Amino acid sequence: MRVSVDREKCVGSGQCVLSAAGVFDQSDEDGIVVLLDESPPADVHMDVRRAASLCPALAITVTES
Amino acid sequence: MSLHIADSGAPAQPDGIPDYPMPRAAGCPFDPAPALRDLRAEAPLVKVRTWDGSTPWLVTRHAEQRALLADRRISADVTRPGYPHVTAASRERRLRTRAFIGMDDPEHARLRRMVTAPFAIKRVEALRPAIQRIVDRLIDDMLAGPKPVDLVQAFALPVPSLVICELLGVPYADHDFFQRNTRVLVNRDQPPEAMREAVDALIDYLERLVAEKLAHPAADLLSKLGVEQVRRGELTAHELAVTGMLLLVAGHETTANMIALGTLALLEHPDQLAALRATDDPKLIAGAVEELLRYLSIVHSGRRRVALEDIEIGGRVIHAGDGVIMANEVANRDEDVFTDPDRLDVHRDARGHVAFGFGVHQCLGQPLARVELQVVYGTLYRRVPGLRLAVDRDQVPFKHDGLIYGVYELPVTW
Repeated sequence: MRVSVDREKCVGSGQCVLSAAGVFDQSDEDGIVVLLDESPPADVHMDVRRAASLCPALAITVTES
Repeated sequence: MSLHIADSGAPAQPDGIPDYPMPRAAGCPFDPAPALRDLRAEAPLVKVRTWDGSTPWLVTRHAEQRALLADRRISADVTRPGYPHVTAASRERRLRTRAFIGMDDPEHARLRRMVTAPFAIKRVEALRPAIQRIVDRLIDDMLAGPKPVDLVQAFALPVPSLVICELLGVPYADHDFFQRNTRVLVNRDQPPEAMREAVDALIDYLERLVAEKLAHPAADLLSKLGVEQVRRGELTAHELAVTGMLLLVAGHETTANMIALGTLALLEHPDQLAALRATDDPKLIAGAVEELLRYLSIVHSGRRRVALEDIEIGGRVIHAGDGVIMANEVANRDEDVFTDPDRLDVHRDARGHVAFGFGVHQCLGQPLARVELQVVYGTLYRRVPGLRLAVDRDQVPFKHDGLIYGVYELPVTW
């Protein structure tokens, strides 16, 4: 699985951090998404998919390998 | 079609277009209006007639609401012709103090991003101990005082009010003033003149506060924005006052209603209350918060937008300039998304709800609301195990006329 984020689209709702804290974080400066792991391990794939579906700004793209 | 709708409580005009909003059924204060459910069963979007005679689209289903709220062809700009205002008073308020929730990008993004960092998950999580102290102290006071007591005034309103005051740097000692004016702002049946007075009083108050923060900055959000944005010319003092008012009003009215209405809903569902009382599992409590957000959907006046272009959706065409109203409370009971949607079940995964909206305008303060509600629901019923209503439920006054749903009073004892 490959993950990418669009920091321009992000509105800092925090849904991704709540869903998959090891994969997403927010910048201290502006609250906008920071991607911690662009190819996360299999045990968090469900959480990452959930994060992408909950993101209100549609700022997360998940590519399944 | 019109007969069917008339039967379920929504008076239909001869042209078959039902009036909106529709009343909830007597005795079912937690459920959306029956007519709304009937419309959802009929079609994902239908035309409705509103207070000024206009006929915007009402979107009833979860999938179409999500799609439209995330669609860049939809505008939240309250100054655009066709924007479906809630009432004349609400239009007065939204145009007089146009905060970023009533703008589109890039202005919206510029202003929202200035206040996004303080609501980031980690920053809000760091407030949890302070929120826990506030909740514990208010419960101590309540238990030491006379009973019965109005849970709204003694607890539900002070919790978020104290938290947002601390965060913004608004003196809590002024709470009578700003809560009184906020009550006017969130009532949809006010005459526009009363709305204007309340809005002007709050803006005047916040402008004076901003001037004070600029002169003597403290460790709070208004000071920080004053120093970082106003002094550098990125934001005017008036814009900061408008943003401050949005955060102050949204920061206490919504969570206060979730606390009081949520408590009533749990008292009416003793098995669910027992499950919450019996646990200290943060996951279960967090899940219960999502479920109560879904089940109660207190933002019951519709998320409002206007179409910028023609949009084909749900077998209909929304034309450029058409108003669009998303009825979140009925989408959160959509059986295509939630199994047995009318059941309150604190064990379900309710995270897909649209109680905070969707799209770029989704609630900025949601992380703070979540932590406040987790602390409250995780503490109140354990510390006051005998909590119960002190009146019959039919004597509880519901906010049918509120922009945000809830109860005006909740007399409780233990």
